[in-house]
Amino acid sequence: MNNVDNSPIDWPSIDWLAITPMIVLLGGALVLLVVGALTPRWPRSLYALATVVLTIPALVIEMVLWNRVGHEGPVAVIGDVLAVDRLALLAWIGITVATALVALSSSEYLRREQLDGPESYAMYVLAAIGGMALASANEFVVLFLGLETLSIALYVLAASHRRRVESQESGLKYFVLGGFASAFLLYGIALLYGATGTTNLSTMGRFLEAEVFVNGDDAMLLAGLALLLVGLGFKVAAVPFHFWTPDVYQGAPTPATSFMASVGKFAAFATMLRVLLVALPSRADDWRPVIWVMAIASVVIGSILAVVQTDVKRMLAYSSIGHAGFILIGVEAAGHAGDTDGLPSSLLYLTLYSVLVVGTFTVVSLVSRTGDGHTDLAAFRGLSKERPALALGMTVFLFAQAGMPVTSGFVAKFGVIKAAADNRSYAVAIVAMIASVVAAVLYLRIMISMWLSDAESGDDQREKVAVPFTSALVVTVSVAFTLFAGIFPGWLIDASRDALVLVR
Amino acid sequence: MSALLAAATPTTTWYLILAAVLFGIGAVGVLVRRNPLVMFMCVELMLNAVNLSFVALAKRLGDIGGQTTVFFVMVVAAAEVVVGLGIIVSIMRRRPGATADDITALKG
Repeated sequence: MNNVDNSPIDWPSIDWLAITPMIVLLGGALVLLVVGALTPRWPRSLYALATVVLTIPALVIEMVLWNRVGHEGPVAVIGDVLAVDRLALLAWIGITVATALVALSSSEYLRREQLDGPESYAMYVLAAIGGMALASANEFVVLFLGLETLSIALYVLAASHRRRVESQESGLKYFVLGGFASAFLLYGIALLYGATGTTNLSTMGRFLEAEVFVNGDDAMLLAGLALLLVGLGFKVAAVPFHFWTPDVYQGAPTPATSFMASVGKFAAFATMLRVLLVALPSRADDWRPVIWVMAIASVVIGSILAVVQTDVKRMLAYSSIGHAGFILIGVEAAGHAGDTDGLPSSLLYLTLYSVLVVGTFTVVSLVSRTGDGHTDLAAFRGLSKERPALALGMTVFLFAQAGMPVTSGFVAKFGVIKAAADNRSYAVAIVAMIASVVAAVLYLRIMISMWLSDAESGDDQREKVAVPFTSALVVTVSVAFTLFAGIFPGWLIDASRDALVLVR
Repeated sequence: MSALLAAATPTTTWYLILAAVLFGIGAVGVLVRRNPLVMFMCVELMLNAVNLSFVALAKRLGDIGGQTTVFFVMVVAAAEVVVGLGIIVSIMRRRPGATADDITALKG
């Protein structure tokens, strides 16, 4: 027994404050699941209220951390696996707020569809934790774990409408294609690990900065980069890896769709920015052309295919592909040497879009009526007479998605196009502007259906569109934010500029 | 024949090539097979091909990091099985014997 090694084990110092938002949400989700399973059904809206109450301490701590980063600068915590910088924190705040909004908008939806229970809310919160880990992962293993936590919860949410065959189909398609994409991403990580000997983003960035490759030594690195981009492209729904999006968005329960479009996109883009700008900035000349192609293809195909759809959820799915293309324009700009506009503009776009899209899909979930099946254009006919306020809210959202001035959508689109033009990517900027005009047709089609279409026979027999208080609250908050950020964008632009200093 | 085999010492490159082949088989399988269960098995094959790459690369680099990553991947794959089988069972209960070609309520 003489050779027993009793020396202390190296233990990374743990910055508890930095992970408190995740711990609070995780604890809350588990309590919600266990207590919810053991007690009879809670009174109306109480599950949603509990979820919102849960997000408040998380949000407060995120604000505290935001201030701390301002004073002490960005840090990598817990053995350098989590980056606490303003990119991560802005994503955390966006994800937390979107989770609260989606939970509120789900409340009456789940009641109407007789799916009320704690499970959906717990899934939202667990997915949000995955998204937060993903957005701040400074280590590829954590990135993969966060991505899968987010994705697996989203598969469940997509399939969660037990009586709709479309929902189950959407869950199955999302699951198979999502797993397929994760495998590509993971293979990319494996090859990057093989080429650089590390799975830490900062270490990889420093290694690649110093390393000089000769005679195709970097074949494994390039293969890894390509596979990684395929995997990330799937997750952010960029053309040509977008084909799952319309089916999944259309079939999934509408609040789950809004969750995917806001939280899912925010987290995936945050990690894409971090991977490309922290681990692979010295290979920017290799990945920038790929992003360029994906950006142009996404804005063009997203806009054109959206216009020819007849189902509003499907239209919005294609429009979300177009929005992903716009965000990719910012990512492409960030790949130019010395650029300071790309990262802030894509982050600003994500922040504004994630609130906007939750509001839009909340209106769609109300109009879809019992059964969640009425999402074609005809379902919106006469909405201005039946529910003028709701139609007005939807109009604001649609104007914002089209990028009209005075709304947040204009600020967002202006930012990325300016970033592209500043970096002399004029082709991208011009294509993006043309595509946004084409996409405006799609938003106009929905508006015409709401405001101008004449009632047809049989419309009287349709179920009336009910507007419960919680959903009205979500729509009001989203409209207020969309207009406020459109008129006074300065503070948000400053916040996104602060995100420029990353953990390296 | 035995002399030939004796002369060839397996290197990590062999395992990397095997992993790439397995990954390719899995990827093609997802694209061409029509049974949701088999498609799902092909995804698992892809993940395990990546695991093999991780282990081979860790051996080549003399680094323990790649081998520990494999455990994380295995845990995630197990969690995915739970959710995936749940979804497949709930579809099959409604439509026994459905293939991916039958599941076409969504299109446009």
